[in-house]
Amino acid sequence: MIPAPFTYHRPADIASALKILGEYGDDARVVAGGHSLIPMMKLRLTAIDHLIDLQGVESLRGIRVSGRDIRIGAMVTQAEILADRALAAAVPVLAEAALQIADPQVRNLGTIGGNVANGDPGNDLPALMQCLDATYEIEGPGGPRDVAARDFYDSAYVTARADDEILLAVRFTAPEGGAAYVKQKRKIGDYATAATAVALVKSGGKCASASIAMTNLADTPVWAQDAGAALVGTDCSPAAVKAAVAAMQEAISPVEDNRGPVDFKRHVAGRLLAEAIATAWSRA
Amino acid sequence: MTKMHLKLTVNGTAVDCLAEPRELLIHVLRERLNITGPHIGCETTHCGVCTIDMNGKSVKSCTVLAAQADGATITTIEGLSAPDDLHVLQTMFREHHGLQCGFCTPGMIIRAWRFLQENPDPTEEEVRFGMAGNLCRCTGYQNIVKAVLAAAAEMNSAKEAAQ
Ligand SMILES: Cc1cc2nc3c(=O)[nH]c(=O)nc-3n(C[C@H](O)[C@H](O)[C@H](O)COP(=O)(O)OP(=O)(O)OC[C@H]3O[C@@H](n4cnc5c(N)ncnc54)[C@H](O)[C@@H]3O)c2cc1C
Ligand code: FES
Ligand code: FES
Repeated sequence: MIPAPFTYHRPADIASALKILGEYGDDARVVAGGHSLIPMMKLRLTAIDHLIDLQGVESLRGIRVSGRDIRIGAMVTQAEILADRALAAAVPVLAEAALQIADPQVRNLGTIGGNVANGDPGNDLPALMQCLDATYEIEGPGGPRDVAARDFYDSAYVTARADDEILLAVRFTAPEGGAAYVKQKRKIGDYATAATAVALVKSGGKCASASIAMTNLADTPVWAQDAGAALVGTDCSPAAVKAAVAAMQEAISPVEDNRGPVDFKRHVAGRLLAEAIATAWSRA
Repeated sequence: MTKMHLKLTVNGTAVDCLAEPRELLIHVLRERLNITGPHIGCETTHCGVCTIDMNGKSVKSCTVLAAQADGATITTIEGLSAPDDLHVLQTMFREHHGLQCGFCTPGMIIRAWRFLQENPDPTEEEVRFGMAGNLCRCTGYQNIVKAVLAAAAEMNSAKEAAQ
Protein backbone atom coordinates (compact mmCIF):
# COMPACT_ATOMS: atom_id res chain seq x y z
CA MET A 1 0.00 0.00 0.00
CA ILE A 2 2.88 2.37 -0.64
CA PRO A 3 2.97 4.33 -3.90
CA ALA A 4 5.71 3.74 -6.45
CA PRO A 5 8.63 6.18 -6.26
CA PHE A 6 8.26 9.69 -7.64
CA THR A 7 10.06 13.00 -7.53
CA TYR A 8 8.28 15.54 -5.37
CA HIS A 9 7.82 19.20 -6.25
CA ARG A 10 6.24 21.91 -4.14
CA PRO A 11 6.09 25.05 -6.29
CA ALA A 12 5.19 28.38 -4.66
CA ASP A 13 3.19 29.81 -7.54
CA ILE A 14 1.16 28.86 -10.59
CA ALA A 15 3.86 29.85 -13.07
CA SER A 16 6.35 27.42 -11.47
CA ALA A 17 3.72 24.69 -11.24
CA LEU A 18 2.87 25.09 -14.93
CA LYS A 19 6.55 25.07 -15.84
CA ILE A 20 7.16 21.75 -14.07
CA LEU A 21 3.99 20.32 -15.59
CA GLY A 22 5.11 21.47 -19.04
CA GLU A 23 8.58 20.05 -18.58
CA TYR A 24 7.51 16.53 -17.63
CA GLY A 25 4.25 16.30 -19.59
CA ASP A 26 2.45 12.99 -19.19
CA ASP A 27 4.85 11.86 -16.46
CA ALA A 28 3.74 14.62 -14.07
CA ARG A 29 0.55 15.07 -12.04
CA VAL A 30 -0.62 17.69 -9.62
CA VAL A 31 -1.82 16.67 -6.17
CA ALA A 32 -4.30 18.76 -4.19
CA GLY A 33 -5.74 17.04 -1.08
CA GLY A 34 -4.62 13.68 -2.42
CA HIS A 35 -7.76 11.92 -1.27
CA SER A 36 -8.60 10.55 -4.69
CA LEU A 37 -5.08 10.44 -6.10
CA ILE A 38 -3.14 8.83 -3.23
CA PRO A 39 -5.52 5.84 -2.96
CA MET A 40 -4.97 5.26 -6.71
CA MET A 41 -1.21 5.62 -6.30
CA LYS A 42 -1.24 3.18 -3.39
CA LEU A 43 -3.04 0.63 -5.54
CA ARG A 44 -0.48 1.40 -8.25
CA LEU A 45 -3.29 2.17 -10.67
CA THR A 46 -1.57 5.39 -11.64
CA ALA A 47 2.11 5.72 -12.41
CA ILE A 48 3.47 9.18 -11.71
CA ASP A 49 7.13 10.14 -12.01
CA HIS A 50 6.74 13.74 -10.91
CA LEU A 51 4.23 14.75 -8.29
CA ILE A 52 3.51 18.47 -8.11
CA ASP A 53 2.00 19.44 -4.76
CA LEU A 54 -0.18 22.55 -5.04
CA GLN A 55 -0.34 23.23 -1.27
CA GLY A 56 2.19 26.08 -1.54
CA VAL A 57 0.32 27.95 -4.28
CA GLU A 58 -1.44 30.70 -2.35
CA SER A 59 -3.39 32.04 -5.34
CA LEU A 60 -5.43 28.82 -5.50
CA ARG A 61 -6.96 29.50 -2.10
CA GLY A 62 -9.74 31.81 -1.09
CA ILE A 63 -13.51 32.05 -1.40
CA ARG A 64 -15.03 35.18 -2.90
CA VAL A 65 -18.72 35.97 -2.44
CA SER A 66 -19.82 39.24 -3.99
CA GLY A 67 -23.57 39.34 -4.10
CA ARG A 68 -24.55 36.27 -6.08
CA ASP A 69 -21.16 35.98 -7.82
CA ILE A 70 -19.18 33.16 -6.30
CA ARG A 71 -15.56 32.21 -6.95
CA ILE A 72 -13.90 29.37 -5.07
CA GLY A 73 -10.17 28.70 -5.45
CA ALA A 74 -9.30 25.15 -6.53
CA MET A 75 -7.37 24.44 -3.29
CA VAL A 76 -10.25 25.38 -0.99
CA THR A 77 -11.06 22.27 1.04
CA GLN A 78 -14.49 20.78 1.44
CA ALA A 79 -14.25 21.60 5.17
CA GLU A 80 -13.47 25.25 4.35
CA ILE A 81 -16.57 25.36 2.17
CA LEU A 82 -18.62 24.16 5.13
CA ALA A 83 -17.02 26.68 7.48
CA ASP A 84 -17.62 29.76 5.29
CA ARG A 85 -20.75 31.54 6.52
CA ALA A 86 -21.09 33.99 3.65
CA LEU A 87 -20.87 31.11 1.20
CA ALA A 88 -23.38 29.01 3.14
CA ALA A 89 -25.79 31.95 3.20
CA ALA A 90 -25.42 32.62 -0.54
CA VAL A 91 -25.42 28.96 -1.71
CA PRO A 92 -26.84 26.67 0.97
CA VAL A 93 -27.03 23.81 -1.53
CA LEU A 94 -23.23 23.75 -1.80
CA ALA A 95 -22.87 23.09 1.93
CA GLU A 96 -25.69 20.55 1.68
CA ALA A 97 -23.72 18.63 -0.95
CA ALA A 98 -20.29 19.09 0.64
CA LEU A 99 -21.56 17.72 3.96
CA GLN A 100 -22.50 14.50 2.20
CA ILE A 101 -18.96 13.91 0.94
CA ALA A 102 -17.04 11.25 2.84
CA ASP A 103 -16.26 12.04 6.51
CA PRO A 104 -14.69 14.92 8.49
CA GLN A 105 -11.09 13.79 8.01
CA VAL A 106 -11.47 13.40 4.25
CA ARG A 107 -13.22 16.78 3.93
CA ASN A 108 -10.34 18.41 5.84
CA LEU A 109 -7.92 17.61 3.01
CA GLY A 110 -10.13 17.00 -0.04
CA THR A 111 -10.49 20.13 -2.18
CA ILE A 112 -13.21 21.43 -4.48
CA GLY A 113 -10.67 21.57 -7.31
CA GLY A 114 -9.66 17.94 -6.87
CA ASN A 115 -13.28 16.89 -6.58
CA VAL A 116 -14.33 18.49 -9.86
CA ALA A 117 -11.08 17.94 -11.81
CA ASN A 118 -10.79 14.27 -10.87
CA GLY A 119 -13.40 13.08 -13.38
CA ASP A 120 -14.66 10.26 -11.17
CA PRO A 121 -18.41 9.93 -11.82
CA GLY A 122 -18.80 9.13 -8.12
CA ASN A 123 -17.71 12.61 -7.05
CA ASP A 124 -20.60 14.72 -5.79
CA LEU A 125 -19.64 18.27 -6.73
CA PRO A 126 -19.47 17.88 -10.54
CA ALA A 127 -23.22 17.28 -10.88
CA LEU A 128 -23.95 20.22 -8.61
CA MET A 129 -21.63 22.39 -10.69
CA GLN A 130 -23.46 21.30 -13.85
CA CYS A 131 -26.78 22.02 -12.20
CA LEU A 132 -25.60 25.55 -11.31
CA ASP A 133 -24.00 26.04 -14.75
CA ALA A 134 -20.60 26.70 -13.17
CA THR A 135 -17.49 27.73 -15.08
CA TYR A 136 -14.08 26.18 -14.46
CA GLU A 137 -11.12 28.55 -14.77
CA ILE A 138 -8.18 26.65 -16.19
CA GLU A 139 -4.65 27.75 -17.02
CA GLY A 140 -2.10 26.13 -19.27
CA PRO A 141 0.92 27.16 -21.34
CA GLY A 142 -1.41 29.05 -23.68
CA GLY A 143 -2.81 31.17 -20.85
CA PRO A 144 -6.09 31.00 -18.95
CA ARG A 145 -9.39 29.78 -20.40
CA ASP A 146 -12.88 29.06 -19.16
CA VAL A 147 -14.71 25.74 -19.60
CA ALA A 148 -18.34 25.20 -18.65
CA ALA A 149 -18.88 22.37 -16.15
CA ARG A 150 -21.51 21.07 -18.58
CA ASP A 151 -18.82 20.68 -21.28
CA PHE A 152 -16.00 19.44 -19.03
CA TYR A 153 -16.62 15.71 -18.58
CA ASP A 154 -15.96 13.35 -21.51
CA SER A 155 -15.87 9.94 -19.81
CA ALA A 156 -14.59 8.50 -16.53
CA TYR A 157 -11.37 10.36 -15.64
CA VAL A 158 -11.27 11.98 -19.08
CA THR A 159 -12.03 15.69 -19.03
CA ALA A 160 -11.59 18.80 -21.15
CA ARG A 161 -8.53 19.72 -19.06
CA ALA A 162 -5.30 18.99 -20.95
CA ASP A 163 -2.43 17.28 -19.10
CA ASP A 164 -0.46 20.50 -18.97
CA GLU A 165 -3.30 22.59 -17.53
CA ILE A 166 -4.22 23.41 -13.94
CA LEU A 167 -7.67 24.22 -12.62
CA LEU A 168 -7.50 27.59 -10.87
CA ALA A 169 -11.01 28.12 -9.58
CA VAL A 170 -14.69 27.34 -9.89
CA ARG A 171 -17.04 30.24 -10.62
CA PHE A 172 -20.83 30.40 -10.67
CA THR A 173 -23.85 32.54 -9.94
CA ALA A 174 -25.69 31.56 -6.77
CA PRO A 175 -29.06 30.17 -7.82
CA GLU A 176 -32.23 32.18 -7.29
CA GLY A 177 -35.18 30.25 -6.01
CA GLY A 178 -34.70 26.88 -4.31
CA ALA A 179 -32.12 24.15 -4.69
CA ALA A 180 -31.42 20.73 -3.18
CA TYR A 181 -28.75 18.01 -3.31
CA VAL A 182 -30.11 14.60 -2.36
CA LYS A 183 -27.84 11.55 -2.13
CA GLN A 184 -28.38 7.88 -1.37
CA LYS A 185 -25.36 6.02 -0.01
CA ARG A 186 -24.83 2.75 1.81
CA LYS A 187 -23.20 4.36 4.81
CA ILE A 188 -21.46 7.57 5.87
CA GLY A 189 -18.27 7.96 3.92
CA ASP A 190 -19.58 6.14 0.86
CA TYR A 191 -19.85 7.41 -2.68
CA ALA A 192 -23.37 7.81 -4.06
CA THR A 193 -25.49 4.89 -5.17
CA ALA A 194 -27.25 7.78 -6.86
CA ALA A 195 -27.54 11.49 -6.15
CA THR A 196 -29.17 14.49 -7.73
CA ALA A 197 -28.85 18.25 -7.78
CA VAL A 198 -31.94 20.34 -8.52
CA ALA A 199 -32.27 24.13 -8.77
CA LEU A 200 -35.52 25.80 -9.71
CA VAL A 201 -37.17 29.20 -9.73
CA LYS A 202 -40.83 29.72 -8.80
CA SER A 203 -42.79 32.62 -10.19
CA GLY A 204 -46.53 33.17 -9.77
CA GLY A 205 -46.97 29.62 -8.48
CA LYS A 206 -45.33 28.11 -11.58
CA CYS A 207 -41.83 26.82 -12.22
CA ALA A 208 -40.06 29.50 -14.26
CA SER A 209 -36.82 27.59 -14.79
CA ALA A 210 -35.30 24.33 -13.61
CA SER A 211 -31.92 22.61 -13.83
CA ILE A 212 -31.28 18.99 -12.92
CA ALA A 213 -28.04 16.96 -12.80
CA MET A 214 -27.28 13.42 -11.63
CA THR A 215 -24.29 11.80 -9.86
CA ASN A 216 -22.85 8.30 -10.40
CA LEU A 217 -25.47 7.16 -12.91
CA ALA A 218 -23.24 7.18 -16.00
CA ASP A 219 -19.51 7.40 -16.66
CA THR A 220 -19.77 11.18 -16.26
CA PRO A 221 -22.05 13.46 -14.28
CA VAL A 222 -25.25 13.96 -16.28
CA TRP A 223 -26.95 17.31 -16.81
CA ALA A 224 -30.50 16.20 -17.65
CA GLN A 225 -31.62 19.20 -19.68
CA ASP A 226 -34.96 17.68 -20.75
CA ALA A 227 -35.80 16.72 -17.18
CA GLY A 228 -35.45 20.37 -16.12
CA ALA A 229 -37.48 21.50 -19.12
CA ALA A 230 -40.30 19.12 -18.16
CA LEU A 231 -40.88 21.14 -15.00
CA VAL A 232 -40.99 24.59 -16.59
CA GLY A 233 -44.48 26.10 -16.67
CA THR A 234 -45.85 23.47 -14.25
CA ASP A 235 -46.59 23.71 -10.54
CA CYS A 236 -44.34 20.67 -9.93
CA SER A 237 -47.40 18.49 -9.45
CA PRO A 238 -46.97 14.71 -9.33
CA ALA A 239 -47.60 14.51 -13.10
CA ALA A 240 -44.87 17.06 -13.80
CA VAL A 241 -42.44 15.29 -11.48
CA LYS A 242 -43.22 12.02 -13.25
CA ALA A 243 -42.42 13.60 -16.60
CA ALA A 244 -39.15 14.99 -15.25
CA VAL A 245 -38.18 11.59 -13.82
CA ALA A 246 -38.98 9.92 -17.16
CA ALA A 247 -36.81 12.45 -19.01
CA MET A 248 -33.99 11.93 -16.46
CA GLN A 249 -34.19 8.13 -16.99
CA GLU A 250 -33.51 8.73 -20.71
CA ALA A 251 -30.36 10.70 -19.88
CA ILE A 252 -28.66 8.33 -17.43
CA SER A 253 -26.96 4.99 -18.13
CA PRO A 254 -26.11 3.30 -14.84
CA VAL A 255 -24.16 0.05 -14.75
CA GLU A 256 -24.36 -2.77 -12.25
CA ASP A 257 -21.69 -2.77 -9.53
CA ASN A 258 -21.38 -3.40 -5.79
CA ARG A 259 -23.89 -0.62 -5.17
CA GLY A 260 -26.59 -2.57 -6.94
CA PRO A 261 -28.10 -3.70 -10.24
CA VAL A 262 -29.24 -1.29 -12.96
CA ASP A 263 -32.97 -1.48 -12.14
CA PHE A 264 -32.31 -0.67 -8.51
CA LYS A 265 -30.16 2.33 -9.39
CA ARG A 266 -32.83 3.63 -11.77
CA HIS A 267 -35.43 3.20 -9.06
CA VAL A 268 -33.29 5.06 -6.51
CA ALA A 269 -32.51 7.82 -9.03
CA GLY A 270 -36.24 8.35 -9.65
CA ARG A 271 -37.10 8.48 -5.97
CA LEU A 272 -34.24 10.87 -5.19
CA LEU A 273 -35.15 13.19 -8.04
CA ALA A 274 -38.79 13.35 -6.91
CA GLU A 275 -37.63 14.14 -3.39
CA ALA A 276 -35.13 16.75 -4.55
CA ILE A 277 -37.72 18.49 -6.73
CA ALA A 278 -40.17 18.62 -3.81
CA THR A 279 -37.47 20.01 -1.50
CA ALA A 280 -36.21 22.60 -3.99
CA TRP A 281 -39.81 23.64 -4.74
CA SER A 282 -40.54 24.10 -1.03
CA ARG A 283 -37.42 26.27 -0.74
CA ALA A 284 -38.13 28.30 -3.89
CA MET B 1 15.35 6.03 -4.04
CA THR B 2 16.44 9.45 -2.86
CA LYS B 3 15.28 10.36 0.58
CA MET B 4 14.25 13.81 1.59
CA HIS B 5 14.96 15.63 4.78
CA LEU B 6 11.63 16.06 6.59
CA LYS B 7 11.15 18.69 9.26
CA LEU B 8 8.12 18.28 11.50
CA THR B 9 6.89 19.48 14.85
CA VAL B 10 5.47 16.44 16.62
CA ASN B 11 3.77 16.82 19.97
CA GLY B 12 5.49 20.11 20.58
CA THR B 13 8.99 18.98 19.67
CA ALA B 14 10.83 19.85 16.48
CA VAL B 15 12.01 16.64 14.83
CA ASP B 16 13.65 15.79 11.57
CA CYS B 17 14.23 12.57 9.73
CA LEU B 18 15.01 11.17 6.33
CA ALA B 19 12.19 9.57 4.39
CA GLU B 20 11.26 8.81 0.82
CA PRO B 21 8.65 11.24 -0.49
CA ARG B 22 6.29 8.33 -1.21
CA GLU B 23 6.25 6.98 2.33
CA LEU B 24 2.95 7.39 4.13
CA LEU B 25 2.93 9.73 7.09
CA ILE B 26 1.66 6.94 9.37
CA HIS B 27 4.76 4.91 8.51
CA VAL B 28 7.05 7.88 9.12
CA LEU B 29 5.48 8.42 12.54
CA ARG B 30 5.49 4.78 13.59
CA GLU B 31 8.67 3.48 12.02
CA ARG B 32 10.99 6.46 11.80
CA LEU B 33 9.88 8.49 14.82
CA ASN B 34 8.64 5.69 17.09
CA ILE B 35 5.29 7.39 17.59
CA THR B 36 3.20 4.24 17.74
CA GLY B 37 -0.02 5.67 19.23
CA PRO B 38 -1.69 6.12 15.84
CA HIS B 39 -2.39 2.66 14.43
CA ILE B 40 -2.72 1.19 10.95
CA GLY B 41 -6.00 -0.54 10.21
CA CYS B 42 -7.44 -0.48 6.71
CA GLU B 43 -4.69 1.63 5.12
CA THR B 44 -7.39 2.75 2.67
CA THR B 45 -8.73 5.95 4.27
CA HIS B 46 -11.80 4.29 5.75
CA CYS B 47 -11.30 3.25 9.38
CA GLY B 48 -9.70 6.32 10.95
CA VAL B 49 -7.37 4.50 13.39
CA CYS B 50 -4.45 6.39 11.83
CA THR B 51 -6.11 9.75 12.63
CA ILE B 52 -3.74 12.45 13.84
CA ASP B 53 -3.98 16.22 14.14
CA MET B 54 -2.06 17.98 11.38
CA ASN B 55 -1.88 21.78 11.23
CA GLY B 56 -4.98 22.01 13.42
CA LYS B 57 -7.09 19.51 11.49
CA SER B 58 -7.95 15.85 11.95
CA VAL B 59 -6.51 13.84 9.07
CA LYS B 60 -6.00 10.19 8.21
CA SER B 61 -2.24 9.80 8.18
CA CYS B 62 -2.38 6.71 5.94
CA THR B 63 -3.45 9.06 3.16
CA VAL B 64 -0.83 11.77 3.53
CA LEU B 65 2.50 11.37 1.78
CA ALA B 66 5.63 12.02 3.81
CA ALA B 67 6.56 14.79 1.41
CA GLN B 68 3.20 16.54 1.80
CA ALA B 69 3.69 16.62 5.56
CA ASP B 70 7.07 18.37 5.40
CA GLY B 71 6.84 21.43 7.66
CA ALA B 72 3.66 20.27 9.41
CA THR B 73 2.74 20.57 13.06
CA ILE B 74 1.42 17.25 14.31
CA THR B 75 -0.31 16.12 17.48
CA THR B 76 -0.91 12.46 18.21
CA ILE B 77 -2.48 10.72 21.20
CA GLU B 78 0.96 10.85 22.87
CA GLY B 79 0.77 14.64 22.85
CA LEU B 80 -2.43 14.96 24.89
CA SER B 81 -0.97 14.24 28.31
CA ALA B 82 2.17 13.17 30.13
CA PRO B 83 2.76 9.38 30.32
CA ASP B 84 1.60 9.14 33.94
CA ASP B 85 -1.30 11.50 33.51
CA LEU B 86 -4.60 11.27 31.63
CA HIS B 87 -6.34 13.84 29.47
CA VAL B 88 -9.99 14.31 30.43
CA LEU B 89 -11.01 12.51 27.22
CA GLN B 90 -8.89 9.52 28.23
CA THR B 91 -10.42 9.55 31.69
CA MET B 92 -13.93 9.66 30.27
CA PHE B 93 -13.23 6.86 27.78
CA ARG B 94 -12.11 4.77 30.75
CA GLU B 95 -15.02 5.74 32.98
CA HIS B 96 -17.68 5.17 30.32
CA HIS B 97 -16.13 2.04 28.82
CA GLY B 98 -15.54 3.83 25.54
CA LEU B 99 -13.15 1.07 24.50
CA GLN B 100 -12.90 -2.69 24.49
CA CYS B 101 -9.91 -3.94 22.48
CA GLY B 102 -8.60 -0.37 22.30
CA PHE B 103 -7.37 -0.55 18.72
CA CYS B 104 -9.51 2.36 17.52
CA THR B 105 -9.01 4.42 20.65
CA PRO B 106 -5.95 6.57 19.79
CA GLY B 107 -7.70 7.71 16.60
CA MET B 108 -11.03 8.18 18.37
CA ILE B 109 -9.53 10.32 21.11
CA ILE B 110 -7.37 12.53 18.92
CA ARG B 111 -10.38 13.10 16.65
CA ALA B 112 -12.61 13.84 19.65
CA TRP B 113 -9.95 16.25 20.94
CA ARG B 114 -10.12 18.31 17.75
CA PHE B 115 -13.89 17.89 17.40
CA LEU B 116 -14.50 19.37 20.86
CA GLN B 117 -12.40 22.39 19.89
CA GLU B 118 -14.52 22.81 16.75
CA ASN B 119 -17.75 22.27 18.66
CA PRO B 120 -17.28 22.55 22.46
CA ASP B 121 -20.91 21.84 23.35
CA PRO B 122 -22.17 19.23 20.89
CA THR B 123 -25.41 17.27 20.81
CA GLU B 124 -25.29 13.48 20.63
CA GLU B 125 -26.08 13.64 16.92
CA GLU B 126 -23.27 16.13 16.32
CA VAL B 127 -20.83 13.81 18.11
CA ARG B 128 -21.88 10.91 15.90
CA PHE B 129 -21.55 13.00 12.75
CA GLY B 130 -18.27 14.58 13.85
CA MET B 131 -16.77 11.19 14.69
CA ALA B 132 -18.09 9.49 11.54
CA GLY B 133 -14.62 9.01 10.08
CA ASN B 134 -13.60 6.67 12.92
CA LEU B 135 -14.79 3.09 12.98
CA CYS B 136 -14.96 0.82 16.02
CA ARG B 137 -15.59 -2.90 15.69
CA CYS B 138 -16.14 -3.54 19.40
CA THR B 139 -18.18 -1.02 21.32
CA GLY B 140 -21.16 -0.29 19.11
CA TYR B 141 -20.24 3.40 19.56
CA GLN B 142 -22.75 4.01 22.37
CA ASN B 143 -20.14 4.36 25.07
CA ILE B 144 -17.75 6.29 22.85
CA VAL B 145 -20.45 8.89 22.30
CA LYS B 146 -21.17 8.97 26.05
CA ALA B 147 -17.47 9.44 26.80
CA VAL B 148 -17.13 12.33 24.35
CA LEU B 149 -20.25 14.04 25.72
CA ALA B 150 -19.03 13.55 29.29
CA ALA B 151 -15.62 14.99 28.39
CA ALA B 152 -17.33 18.00 26.79
CA ALA B 153 -19.38 18.58 29.95
CA GLU B 154 -16.30 18.22 32.14
CA MET B 155 -14.22 20.59 30.01
CA ASN B 156 -17.03 23.15 29.89
CA SER B 157 -17.55 23.17 33.66
CA ALA B 158 -13.79 23.44 34.21
CA LYS B 159 -13.81 26.43 31.83
CA GLU B 160 -16.71 28.03 33.71
CA ALA B 161 -15.04 27.45 37.06
CA ALA B 162 -11.90 29.16 35.76
CA GLN B 163 -13.84 32.27 34.77
C1 LIG C 1 -12.92 7.28 2.05
C2 LIG C 1 -13.24 8.31 1.02
C3 LIG C 1 -14.56 8.59 0.74
C4 LIG C 1 -14.89 9.55 -0.22
N1 LIG C 1 -16.20 9.82 -0.46
C5 LIG C 1 -16.53 10.76 -1.37
C6 LIG C 1 -17.88 11.09 -1.62
O1 LIG C 1 -18.81 10.56 -1.01
N2 LIG C 1 -18.14 12.06 -2.56
C7 LIG C 1 -17.16 12.70 -3.23
O2 LIG C 1 -17.45 13.56 -4.03
N3 LIG C 1 -15.86 12.40 -3.02
C8 LIG C 1 -15.53 11.46 -2.10
N4 LIG C 1 -14.22 11.18 -1.88
C9 LIG C 1 -13.18 11.86 -2.68
C10 LIG C 1 -12.74 13.16 -2.04
O3 LIG C 1 -13.78 14.12 -2.06
C11 LIG C 1 -11.50 13.73 -2.74
O4 LIG C 1 -10.93 14.62 -1.84
C12 LIG C 1 -11.75 14.43 -4.04
O5 LIG C 1 -12.36 13.59 -4.97
C13 LIG C 1 -10.45 14.86 -4.69
O6 LIG C 1 -9.99 16.04 -4.12
P1 LIG C 1 -8.48 16.11 -3.66
O7 LIG C 1 -8.22 17.52 -3.30
O8 LIG C 1 -8.25 15.10 -2.62
O9 LIG C 1 -7.74 15.79 -5.03
P2 LIG C 1 -6.50 14.86 -5.39
O10 LIG C 1 -6.71 13.49 -4.94
O11 LIG C 1 -5.25 15.54 -4.97
O12 LIG C 1 -6.60 14.93 -6.98
C14 LIG C 1 -7.59 14.25 -7.71
C15 LIG C 1 -7.32 14.40 -9.20
O13 LIG C 1 -7.56 15.73 -9.62
C16 LIG C 1 -6.37 16.32 -10.14
N5 LIG C 1 -6.33 17.69 -9.61
C17 LIG C 1 -6.47 18.08 -8.32
N6 LIG C 1 -6.42 19.41 -8.21
C18 LIG C 1 -6.24 19.89 -9.47
C19 LIG C 1 -6.11 21.20 -10.02
N7 LIG C 1 -6.17 22.31 -9.27
N8 LIG C 1 -5.92 21.31 -11.36
C20 LIG C 1 -5.87 20.20 -12.13
N9 LIG C 1 -6.00 18.95 -11.68
C21 LIG C 1 -6.18 18.79 -10.36
C22 LIG C 1 -5.22 15.46 -9.64
O14 LIG C 1 -4.12 15.49 -10.52
C23 LIG C 1 -5.87 14.09 -9.58
O15 LIG C 1 -5.86 13.50 -10.84
C24 LIG C 1 -13.86 10.23 -0.93
C25 LIG C 1 -12.52 9.94 -0.64
C26 LIG C 1 -12.20 8.99 0.31
C27 LIG C 1 -10.77 8.70 0.57
S1 FES D 1 -5.51 3.09 8.45
FE1 FES D 1 -5.88 5.10 7.81
S2 FES D 1 -8.02 5.18 7.66
FE2 FES D 1 -7.66 3.09 8.15
S1 FES E 1 -12.48 -0.81 20.95
FE1 FES E 1 -12.00 -2.39 19.57
S2 FES E 1 -12.16 -1.37 17.66
FE2 FES E 1 -12.90 0.10 19.02
